[in-house]
Amino acid sequence: MRRKGDNMDADLNIETIGGTRVTTTQQDTMGSSPSSPSAVFSVRDLNVYYGRFLAVRNVDVDIIERKITAFIGPSGCGKTTVLRCFNRMNDLIETARVEGDLQYRGIDLYSANVNATEVRRRIGMVFQKPNPFPKSIYDNLAFGPRLNGVKKKNELDDVVESSLKRAALWDEVKDRLKASAMGLSGGQQQRLCIARCIAVEPDVILMDEPCSALDPIATARIEDLMQEIKKDYTIIIVTHNMQQAARVSDQTAFFTTEVNSVSDLRTGVLVEFDATPKIFSNPSDERTEAYVTGRFG
Amino acid sequence: MELSKPSDAARRGAAVVSDITRRERDIAGGVVRVVLMGALVLALLVLVVLIVDVVTGGWSVLSSSLGDLLTGTLGSKPETSGLSQAIRGSFYIAVFVIIVAVPLGVAAAIYLEEYASNGRFARFIDINIRNLAGVPSVVYGILGLTIFVKMLGSITGPDSNGRSVISAGLTLSVLVLPIIIITSAEAIRAVPNGIREAGFGVGATRWEVVRSHVLPYAAPGILTGVVLSVARALGEAAPLILVGATTGFLTTGESYLPSSLQERFTALPIVISTWSGRPGVDWRSSTSAAIVVMLAIVLVANAGAILLRNHYEKKR
Repeated sequence: MRRKGDNMDADLNIETIGGTRVTTTQQDTMGSSPSSPSAVFSVRDLNVYYGRFLAVRNVDVDIIERKITAFIGPSGCGKTTVLRCFNRMNDLIETARVEGDLQYRGIDLYSANVNATEVRRRIGMVFQKPNPFPKSIYDNLAFGPRLNGVKKKNELDDVVESSLKRAALWDEVKDRLKASAMGLSGGQQQRLCIARCIAVEPDVILMDEPCSALDPIATARIEDLMQEIKKDYTIIIVTHNMQQAARVSDQTAFFTTEVNSVSDLRTGVLVEFDATPKIFSNPSDERTEAYVTGRFG
Repeated sequence: MELSKPSDAARRGAAVVSDITRRERDIAGGVVRVVLMGALVLALLVLVVLIVDVVTGGWSVLSSSLGDLLTGTLGSKPETSGLSQAIRGSFYIAVFVIIVAVPLGVAAAIYLEEYASNGRFARFIDINIRNLAGVPSVVYGILGLTIFVKMLGSITGPDSNGRSVISAGLTLSVLVLPIIIITSAEAIRAVPNGIREAGFGVGATRWEVVRSHVLPYAAPGILTGVVLSVARALGEAAPLILVGATTGFLTTGESYLPSSLQERFTALPIVISTWSGRPGVDWRSSTSAAIVVMLAIVLVANAGAILLRNHYEKKR
């Protein structure tokens, strides 16, 4: 059923692309069909506004199942804004408005009958700053499953244990599950947040600069963890750190800012979206090359 | 570069020592320090003088007949008059504030902070609530008189022309409502946004986020508002006079049954202001003793709320 929906979706997208987009780069890299059956998200012509201010424009990307997609670019280029469209987190910002087509497994995420809460149960998020609930480690992990109706203690125990194991945190915290999560180190807190995300068994995990507040050792652990969980989850990561994108991701989208000569406002644009090795070794756009070689940004 | 001679180095060393050991007075800083400390001492001194004055003034009553004072009823002689009806009235008023104003105020604050869109209308409401908190209490007394005593008299007190503890409790609930809304809204606003995002991120609805994360985190701040409100309600006399608190005798009201809520009432601040106007040393002692009793009740109520607040704060 899902496959059928995806095919319809693919037809639709090819039409839009043929009609409106010329500069898009993904046709030559993602194969002839931009939304192959394994595309979890297919984004076409996405514009995001804050009030009247156009924050990001004309974003076209396809997120492939069980791959890691990295969004890189200088500050203020709209990476995080785009990321937060994928689980409708932008709904929480009153002035934010999304235009364009954002398909999740063939469903238009922004159509009126889509329930944002349900979307967020399937598309989890890890934030820039570790944000455990000021509760016990156990309650942090059990919150999501409880929302989904898991009530029996032994089932919750199982979810807590398996999520912590997947997030490579179990051995460090198994003796103090009832202790406050605020007592963990920054790196442990971030792995706890990943575990909390995994505990609701999402389809996709969005990561918004998950390592920017962490030291190199904690960062390496999170990166290892991403490689480990990518077997089961589709991951999109926003990062400032180009080396990180090069190390962990399979495909990379490079964003930059364009200054409007009239209003002097900065709008984010997607410059190039391609397989990660290509972005870093042989980018098609000179702006990408300037950025990845360190001449800009 | 020329090497410096040892004698030069020694001279420079001596200069450094004299520089950093020089005693230079920071006169302005010292003055500011004294003025600031003076302000604190003055404030505490006033409080201490007040407490010492009422305790010594009421000591004759407190030491010899505290039991009679607490259990006695209003009367015309100081030695037989007691506070039982006033304590009961004040207790019921506090209960009204806690069960009427607190849930209403917290609910309004949740709506303002978590649900209402942040437009001009919300700001207009916010400014007006702040203004309401500054309205003199007599005005609330007029409001209570008009609405709870006159208009709703048949409900609040059919046999007492509406001049009942229900009217008083409702009037003071309205009086403290803005305080509760403001303090609760501030406590809710202080909840880190990361906590909300984390809740939404695992697929919680707004109400689930509010109930499970925002309210527990904001609870200590909300309780601070509750403490302030209850203390304020316990101390207000002016609106109660307008709502019809009894200053003379209470013929009824011996029973502690809920039906007595519709009967005429009195409260501690009313009794204190009435007694303070009566002549003679004995009345003066009784007044002081009544003040001590009221202060003790407010202190105990506050201490309870502070313990509760610490309990929530520890859970953070």
